[in-house]
Amino acid sequence: MSEAALRVENLRTHFFTRRGVVKAVEDVSFSVAPGKILGLVGESGSGKSVMGFSIMGLVDPPGRVVGGRILLGGRDLLRLAPEEMRQVRGNRIAMIFQDPMMTLNPVLRIDTQMTEAVRAHADVGRRAALERARDALARVGIASPDERLSAYPHQFSGGMRQRVAIAIALLNQPDLIIADEPTTALDVTVQGQILYEMQKIARESGTALIWISHDLSVIAGLADEICVMYAGRVVEHGSVDQVLDEPLHPYTGGLIASVPSRNRRGEALRQIPGMTPSLLELAPGCAFRERCSRADGACAQDPALSSPAAGRQVRCFHPLTQGATA
Amino acid sequence: MAAFVIRRLLQSVLVLWLMSLLVFVGVYAIGNPVDILINPQADQADIARAIAALGLDQPLWQQYLTFLRQALLGDLGKSFAYNIPALQLILERMPATLELALAAAAVAVLLGIPLGLWAGLAPDSWAGKLIMSGSILGFSLPTFWVGLLLIMLFAVELGWLPSGGRGPTSLLLGIPVSFLSWEGIRHLILPATNLALFKLSLIIRLTQAGTREALLQDYVKFARAKGLSNARVVGVHVLKNILIPIVTVIGLEFGSVIAFAIVTESIFGWPGMGKLIIDSINVLDRPVIVAYLLIVVSLFILINLAVDIVYSLLDPRVRLGGATD
Repeated sequence: MSEAALRVENLRTHFFTRRGVVKAVEDVSFSVAPGKILGLVGESGSGKSVMGFSIMGLVDPPGRVVGGRILLGGRDLLRLAPEEMRQVRGNRIAMIFQDPMMTLNPVLRIDTQMTEAVRAHADVGRRAALERARDALARVGIASPDERLSAYPHQFSGGMRQRVAIAIALLNQPDLIIADEPTTALDVTVQGQILYEMQKIARESGTALIWISHDLSVIAGLADEICVMYAGRVVEHGSVDQVLDEPLHPYTGGLIASVPSRNRRGEALRQIPGMTPSLLELAPGCAFRERCSRADGACAQDPALSSPAAGRQVRCFHPLTQGATA
Repeated sequence: MAAFVIRRLLQSVLVLWLMSLLVFVGVYAIGNPVDILINPQADQADIARAIAALGLDQPLWQQYLTFLRQALLGDLGKSFAYNIPALQLILERMPATLELALAAAAVAVLLGIPLGLWAGLAPDSWAGKLIMSGSILGFSLPTFWVGLLLIMLFAVELGWLPSGGRGPTSLLLGIPVSFLSWEGIRHLILPATNLALFKLSLIIRLTQAGTREALLQDYVKFARAKGLSNARVVGVHVLKNILIPIVTVIGLEFGSVIAFAIVTESIFGWPGMGKLIIDSINVLDRPVIVAYLLIVVSLFILINLAVDIVYSLLDPRVRLGGATD
């Protein structure tokens, strides 16, 4: 792997609530190379969205990044002054959100929402900014972009709005795009188109992409590498083929087994027993042990991240052996 | 749009007609103006002559028809007390009331929106808490009491500002106004503040609630993710969304500020329509009462129409017309 576009080291983001400290992201490390797609997988509440906002420097109080480093092209984003960080946001790192119905401001025209993103980072006139906006719209496959620029968000369908959001993310040719479940709210055909566009854009422009999702089947077809998160920690990390074909962590195995498949037609759908633990009263030790069939006394200790093979990491005392699933 | 405006104006005519009927019957039910207007020492013949001169010898329905016929020609009758056309009497007083109401609305908007934004952006700061608890006082204290307090403090104790009257006026486009001279502004400050207090509190609370709600929306987070400056996120993305309900309330409240300027005008001796209507009710001066209410209702209708139009300009999802689509 060449020079990483983004390297996250030992990142910790905690929420200081009245009822206690919630460790939403705890000691997470990973990196993405230019033009590569990293899939960040986990259930709701596993800390994957907070991860994305931590990189953007947009964690809302009472949350705060309490430790670690976020290196973008060698610069530690956590050490930047607020104004320097503002210049990174939307410029070097862009973000796409889950619900396209909510991300565009309903009372502002598309051209306003696009040109302001250009002009927040570059000293260009309105006309030049409009041209860039139009090109970006055309790039994400919006027909007659000139006319669409003067429309309001409510005149677009959900899929179109997400394309607009992607176009906004592309405006300043960022080094990294963080996509927080951007296709979850869309229907399957539109989802397929958007995935295809994103993959193409990442390859062509050399933009690194972090794709946050709970949907393994989306990640399987899209990502180069996978990070599986559970209760704020990375439990498994590796290339897509490695992780999906030979999962090591029992949780990953459970996730893969719970994807409905035609081969098991008629059987009850498999599921992982139990629920995601509350991050508020997280006891020490492996957070998954209550739901894990392989857990024993050793799991009351915190498992360390071990590296059984090159480019692979797993946080488990009793990793799955090859070919087996939990 | 044009069809919308025309339909609204036709509805307004109906409202005005119903209003005039209600007031006519209402004033008739209260008492006989002749008992108040005419010198008690006058003899029977004089009284009969006066009644006939005012047209009060006719049956009520005939008086109403006479009024309607003249009203359609733009004549709302002569004041019983002043013996000049009621409309002219009111229009003479209207600039004073409008100036007071506009000044109050300006105070409420220019202070209310920034304070509300501040309280909404920093709800846990001491300043935010102070603004919000202050607005509760503004809501709950009665206008007349606050007015008296303002006079006590600023006019009597400190002697900074005059306690009443309108001060010297100068002509602007032929209309007498106070705000062009420093002395006039000094006279305007206390009554305008007094009248603004309730609206100010209302706008603060609306803005604060709207801001807090908007800040949680994805579009605000997305705007921040675009790297926009805080000023642009708040000043454009948040403000433009929360202005929609605020404009509605400002509009509706502007009508009631004009109508209920009565209390403030009475306390500060402000020579506007409100003071005139109180005097007219005291002497049952029916033409003035009817004309005043018709004018206030017309103002309400026009303001509501303007609010609907501004609303459609602010919110692209609203299109006027509402025909069949």
